[in-house]
Amino acid sequence: MLNPISLVFKKAKNEKRPALLTYTVAGDSSKKQSLNILKAISNYADILEVGIPHNTPVADGGQIQTSAYRAIKNGIKMNDIFKIVSDFKKSKNSKPVIFMGYYNMIFQYGENKFLKKCKKSGVNGLIVVDLPWPENKIFSNKCKKNSINFIQLLSPTTSNKRLKSITRDSHDMIYYISMLSTTGGKLKVSPKKILANYNKIKKISPKKNCVIGFGITEKTISNFKKADGLVVGSQICKEITRSLNNRQNPVINVSKVVNKLRKKIS
Amino acid sequence: MKLKKRIPVIDQGDKLGFWGGKFGGNFVPETLKKPIEDLEKQFNKLKNNKKFLKERDKYFKNWIGTPTRFIKLNNLTKHVGGAQIWSKVVSDANGGAHKIYNATVHCLLAKRSGKKVIIGDTGAGYAGKMLSMAAKKFGLKCKIFMGAKDIKRQQPNVKAMKKNGADVIPVYSGSQTLVDAVSECMRYWVANCDTTAMCVGSTVGPAIFVRICGWSTSQISRELKSQLLNEFGTIPKKLKLYNCVGGGSSSFGFWNEFMDYDKKQVEFIGVEAGGPSKSKRHAAPLTYGSKIGILHGAAQYVNQNSDGQIEETESISAGLDYPGISPLHCFLKDAKRARYTAASDEEALKAYQIVTKYENLRPSLEPSHAFSVAIKEAKKFSKDTIVIINSCGDAYKDRGILEKKLGKKYVKSN
Repeated sequence: MLNPISLVFKKAKNEKRPALLTYTVAGDSSKKQSLNILKAISNYADILEVGIPHNTPVADGGQIQTSAYRAIKNGIKMNDIFKIVSDFKKSKNSKPVIFMGYYNMIFQYGENKFLKKCKKSGVNGLIVVDLPWPENKIFSNKCKKNSINFIQLLSPTTSNKRLKSITRDSHDMIYYISMLSTTGGKLKVSPKKILANYNKIKKISPKKNCVIGFGITEKTISNFKKADGLVVGSQICKEITRSLNNRQNPVINVSKVVNKLRKKIS
Repeated sequence: MKLKKRIPVIDQGDKLGFWGGKFGGNFVPETLKKPIEDLEKQFNKLKNNKKFLKERDKYFKNWIGTPTRFIKLNNLTKHVGGAQIWSKVVSDANGGAHKIYNATVHCLLAKRSGKKVIIGDTGAGYAGKMLSMAAKKFGLKCKIFMGAKDIKRQQPNVKAMKKNGADVIPVYSGSQTLVDAVSECMRYWVANCDTTAMCVGSTVGPAIFVRICGWSTSQISRELKSQLLNEFGTIPKKLKLYNCVGGGSSSFGFWNEFMDYDKKQVEFIGVEAGGPSKSKRHAAPLTYGSKIGILHGAAQYVNQNSDGQIEETESISAGLDYPGISPLHCFLKDAKRARYTAASDEEALKAYQIVTKYENLRPSLEPSHAFSVAIKEAKKFSKDTIVIINSCGDAYKDRGILEKKLGKKYVKSN
């Protein structure tokens, strides 16, 4: 049987569209609100990336940093984050959940305890920004044993040799970072070039579901319809910030944004 | 955990860059793997290349002004009563601190690899000032990331950076100090690593930066060793080397050449920043038993909460105000080669007053931490014990803080 993440990609492929992946930070701006955002956007998104906020993020741009600092300031703890996911998973139209975060949070929780808790709460996949290959070999095997998808990252600086080794060691899904940038950077490379790199990865590893992230927004998303999946993060975090500043309801505004994104690629 | 003899400590890491199997490493985003690998290859090749070493030594000698003085502090020795107190006046180096060694080496490497821009982080402003000097010298564009709080409290160095033509980019996130400056600098590198070289300002960050910095500052102990031989004809039987420890670049460089000596003969004492005596916050992860965690690409002892969020630090000295500590020092601590302790803000200020009262030497707030512990301990030592403090920075940059804390006369009279 296919795992929930692969099932989603299969379904999207049948509908001749890329899967839509969203990224929001757990606990932004409160536990309750971030749960409500997840529930609302899962009407339109296929996979929900849930960010584990960290206060020394080395790969996140301003928008996601703002969301993360807001969540930490409001007192979010690792156990609250697991609770948000398990509550979300109990809701009617829940979708697969991928945690995205930095290794220190996992390290402090304890790798084994962390994976056990992921399984129990219904986390389907993990992206660990600062645990690259080959450093992640042992941990990614542990994930596999726990039926959790460890998602390897690839970037424009990844050499061909590395590309082959990483895809060989990857699970069902891989994540291509579109350009040299932190999250939320303006798309500074042409979609054509990004897709060429994407195709190179698909050629090496045709069976793995490959998603593209970084610089994907309402404006740019329709250029990448050929991809297996697309990740939007910073634009959503920005919308939460904007809503809070204007004293509007982020849940409604964010789900409007995600609905629009979905329409652009359907 | 054990140190190996006759192998430089910077080269004692394993394949993945871990010292003692657990400190250091490369916890970096995929994007940085390639530039880090390139830098590793370049450095491993050049560090034994005679032509490169000659070039380095030429700039160290003619531009940085090596060797820096090694002097006996006669008045202080008399005042304290006990061990002989000496100082290695590294603040003699061009720019006024040890940060010039690492900055120069990084610029030489950047130039050779054809990079046009070099970026760096800074706390006290010395790493930034030196990088801006070296960048100017070698014709590279320079950007310095600095916490907004540090920009306010270290104005003389900020002015120097700007004068050297560097862009000083204020960092407003988090505690607005060194930890955030390093994060922001790494983020900038993630987005620009194809055209830009990065210089990490201390023996922290991904393993290659730890190694390059430690290799560069080791100039200090190379000089000291020959100065000791000149002065005493041999390495003294009881030698104690005191150094402040923030990230750990000056202390590592001050000790490196003496690693293989028995610690009964050459003892290393690292002094961390204990923060204000009334505050629970500090920047002394080794002294106060912080847990191992990941910060800026490396596993190390680091101040953090139970979840793994990095904790804010507090210290009067911007250069020591860092929640983590070099993997090299974690290794030296667990291998029991070095001993670590802390001095509070107040103790450092008092030491500054004592040193400036008795000697024509003006250590910045960072080495004042080391002076504080050295003065306290020297009392108890025999007269044939040689205590040496690395005066690794000059107090000019601390004028504002010293005036506020001690009054105008401490600034004017010096």
